[in-house]
Amino acid sequence: MNIGALWVREWRVLMRNRSAIYNPIAFMFLAVMLFAVGSPVQDNARGEYGAAVLWLIVLLTNMLSLDSLFRRDYDNGVLEQLMTTAPVPLLAVLVRIAMQWLFSGLLMALLAPLLCVLLGLPVRVIGATMLALLLGTPALSLLGAIGASITVGFARGGVLLSLLVLPLFLPVLVFGVSAVNASLGQQSAAPFYWLGFLSMLALSLGPFAATAGLKISLQMQ
Amino acid sequence: MSLTELWHKLGSPRWFYQMSTHWVWGFGIAAIVLLLAGLLWGLLIAPPDYQQGHSVRIMYVHVPAAMVAQSIYIGMGVAGFVLFVWRMKLADVAIAACLPFGMLLTALALFSGSVWGRPTWGTWWEWDGRTVSTLVLLFLYIGIYALREAIPDAQLRARASALVAMVGTINIPVIKYSVEWWHTLHQPASFTLTEKPTMPPEMYLPLLVMVLGVYCFAGYNILSRMRIEILRREQGTRWVRALVTAPTLTGQR
Repeated sequence: MNIGALWVREWRVLMRNRSAIYNPIAFMFLAVMLFAVGSPVQDNARGEYGAAVLWLIVLLTNMLSLDSLFRRDYDNGVLEQLMTTAPVPLLAVLVRIAMQWLFSGLLMALLAPLLCVLLGLPVRVIGATMLALLLGTPALSLLGAIGASITVGFARGGVLLSLLVLPLFLPVLVFGVSAVNASLGQQSAAPFYWLGFLSMLALSLGPFAATAGLKISLQMQ
Repeated sequence: MSLTELWHKLGSPRWFYQMSTHWVWGFGIAAIVLLLAGLLWGLLIAPPDYQQGHSVRIMYVHVPAAMVAQSIYIGMGVAGFVLFVWRMKLADVAIAACLPFGMLLTALALFSGSVWGRPTWGTWWEWDGRTVSTLVLLFLYIGIYALREAIPDAQLRARASALVAMVGTINIPVIKYSVEWWHTLHQPASFTLTEKPTMPPEMYLPLLVMVLGVYCFAGYNILSRMRIEILRREQGTRWVRALVTAPTLTGQR
């Protein structure tokens, strides 16, 4: 199976459908703006909740970009072709998830300095936030793909997707916030290890569950 | 009969229905006896705690509800696995049967825990490890229920809910070990399989009785629902029609 061809295809599809990248990022900044405008003016109050709000917005943005992960190809029949004809459907799913992560999780990690400043977090936290996002967002993409694969056939699957996927996101949220706050208070590397562990766990289990979910949605035996 | 034969027989709706008749009676009677005994013992006879006073009696409801809610979810995860590997349709019947009681018990555990927390910890709710992961358990139950409602096709519904049930099983060790990993609010386990309980016998014996009683009640409830669902699914077959139809004078059905 030609993984290079898979990558090229994913890249081309994404480049011809760039709103799938821009819309979640736009939502992210909108959410940050809403929080900043709505919260009280004192900077220290914003700083305390900053990490939690950052991760909350990251989670919701990820969920937005997950909704369109498989939907387009499900609707135009390409997904069914892929699952039936590919020698290893798992690899195709993995490449798809990886491409989605590159343009959601990785992008958010690169935009972290901007997010931190907008949310009123101190500058010294930026490095830790970037690392935490880098380590934690793969788990979000992989676990979210499981929910996306099951709900891809539903017309209004969005809310059900969040119901299924948010419980899985919770550990990433807990350790992500802990990682960002760790660099504010006492230095501790433990949450970063936890985030890495969660991502590795998601990498080992997620693609299989996502492939099974896709086969279920496509009503394949 | 060998173990594999027994296993495959369990997958037959008719055989399961016949076999479960005895189990349902057994669980039902045991549940009534154990729950009555446990409630009377725990709520009236057992001594009050030296620190918490009488409010410790909520433990006799809260702990069994939480334990059995988690066990039911594990049962659903196992049923999901059975569905995927052995393709037993009864496993789907089992998942559907476990949902209502499991949801109820989780909600009861959360509610009783909250009521217990108010006098003892001074707060109705804290977002500590165990409360959050039990809330996640409730959301998992609700999620599987919503998923089942959203899918009209029976086979699709079975496989999708089995997948979600299996994936969600990862939450159970989180609930169990959350009180060891995070020392925030919820106290550590009252029972472990390996060590002596930290409570005196006057308190852990009624608790044990209540736990067994709720397990039996769960067994009764889940088996009853499974039997009803089996009758509904197999309504076209001869054995079900023979069961529900009274024989006519001429012996025709």
